[in-house]
Amino acid sequence: MTLSDVTLEHLRAVAGEPDADGRYEIVDEIARGGMGTVYRARDRELGREVALKVSLQPGNEAGLEERLLREARVLARLEHPGLVPVHDVGTLPDGRLFYAMKRVRGSRLDHHFAAEPSIPARLRTFERICETVACAHAHGVIHRDLKPENVMVGAFGEVLVLDWGVARLRDDGVAAAPGPVDEAPAPGRTAHGTVLGTPGYMAPEQARGDVEGTDERADVYALGAILYFLLTDAAPPPDGSAGSPRRRNPAVPRPLDSICTRALAAEAGQRYPTVQTLAADVSAFLSGRPVAAHREGPIEWASRQASRYRTPLLLIAAYLVMRAALLFWPR
Amino acid sequence: MGKPIFGLFLGAVLGVLDGSTAWFSAPEVRPQILSIVFFSMIKGLVAGVLIGVFAKKVRSLPLGILFGLAVGAFFAYLIAMQPNEQGGHYYWEIMLPGSILGMIVGYATQKHGAGGGAPAMGS
Ligand SMILES: Nc1ncnc2c1ncn2[C@@H]1O[C@H](COP(=O)(O)OP(=O)(O)OP(=O)(O)O)[C@@H](O)[C@H]1O
Repeated sequence: MTLSDVTLEHLRAVAGEPDADGRYEIVDEIARGGMGTVYRARDRELGREVALKVSLQPGNEAGLEERLLREARVLARLEHPGLVPVHDVGTLPDGRLFYAMKRVRGSRLDHHFAAEPSIPARLRTFERICETVACAHAHGVIHRDLKPENVMVGAFGEVLVLDWGVARLRDDGVAAAPGPVDEAPAPGRTAHGTVLGTPGYMAPEQARGDVEGTDERADVYALGAILYFLLTDAAPPPDGSAGSPRRRNPAVPRPLDSICTRALAAEAGQRYPTVQTLAADVSAFLSGRPVAAHREGPIEWASRQASRYRTPLLLIAAYLVMRAALLFWPR
Repeated sequence: MGKPIFGLFLGAVLGVLDGSTAWFSAPEVRPQILSIVFFSMIKGLVAGVLIGVFAKKVRSLPLGILFGLAVGAFFAYLIAMQPNEQGGHYYWEIMLPGSILGMIVGYATQKHGAGGGAPAMGS
């Protein structure tokens, strides 16, 4: 007798499913990441739906449990609308570590914007991502693995930044050891070697394993890479040569191109010093104000003013045209 | 500066400028140009205050512009109703520009002046 592929798949999934005898009843699997599996579950005690993130295997050989616990602690430490609240941490009867969190309804950033071409809408979401990361920085937490797959956009446009498992807490010294990437991650997966992060979204100093030199500006780089993705619909090249998004999409306005290029500077000192300054430049672009990263020429200045003051300029032009018409109208 | 005061000043200035154009558009009224400019200023001033008060209460750029249009047209109509020396009226000549000026004041009072208003950004 041979088992069909579907049956085999089902058996594999059931074997991997956490024991459902405890407080949480597993409903189904939401996603499987490099660190653990996220399940939709029912909290029997509180009678509500939650998301359970369960480590991939019992024991802490690859440091996965430490990452999971760190993630739960980071999320518990920070309170922000852009972060998923953690309800509970524990160990399943099979020995695997888990934490329970609010279940987010929405889609991943990369999926969410597949059908949304409007740059301003994308930039407003980007501003919210920046706000969340800036809040974490203010509490001494550096994310170190920001990428579109780790951002969810809810049904009402709310933005949630996930996957804080490789976050670095400035005051407890928890950090990855220096060294090269010793395990090539699957596409879109976080590397679990001595260097943690995702190629394309990882700052060069982080990729080199320079732990001391990796600070908030590594997140600025990753945000620049997310901005690059939002402007081009393509992930930055994994070799860190993303550069100008205009080269990939000539429709990207020059000021935005400069913002992105500055955030993606190979030298940390050339980037925006903080996430707030990056976000401030994006807001300036959105509201038609000059952008710090970009020196505009007179034509650019005039066209920015024209689009910023479109309504009053149109009204004044209408008035002048009407006055001229009345002057020459035969009476 | 509060929105009503800002509306008052802007309305008065635009009223003076608008009234002065009669010098060119209707040379036959040149002898009365001073009173034309004066009444145009008063019209702009009163309309500007009303539009400014509206902007203080209602924070909406489209509604502000629409209210400016209505107020500008109404006051221009009051002025246009007065017949000239030949007994004729300048309805179009006064009402059309008056309405646009009302819209300009409506826009400006929503964007500027203390006391809230639409978010500060063009268009
Ligand atoms: N609270 C939640 N509610 C709903 N879905 C969630 C929640 N948390 C995570 N997910 C889903 O699970 C996926 C994997 O989560 P997460 O990125 O935290 O896992 P990971 O194992 O750390 O992944 P990575 O491979 O990037 O390290 C997310 O992309 C998201 O789709």
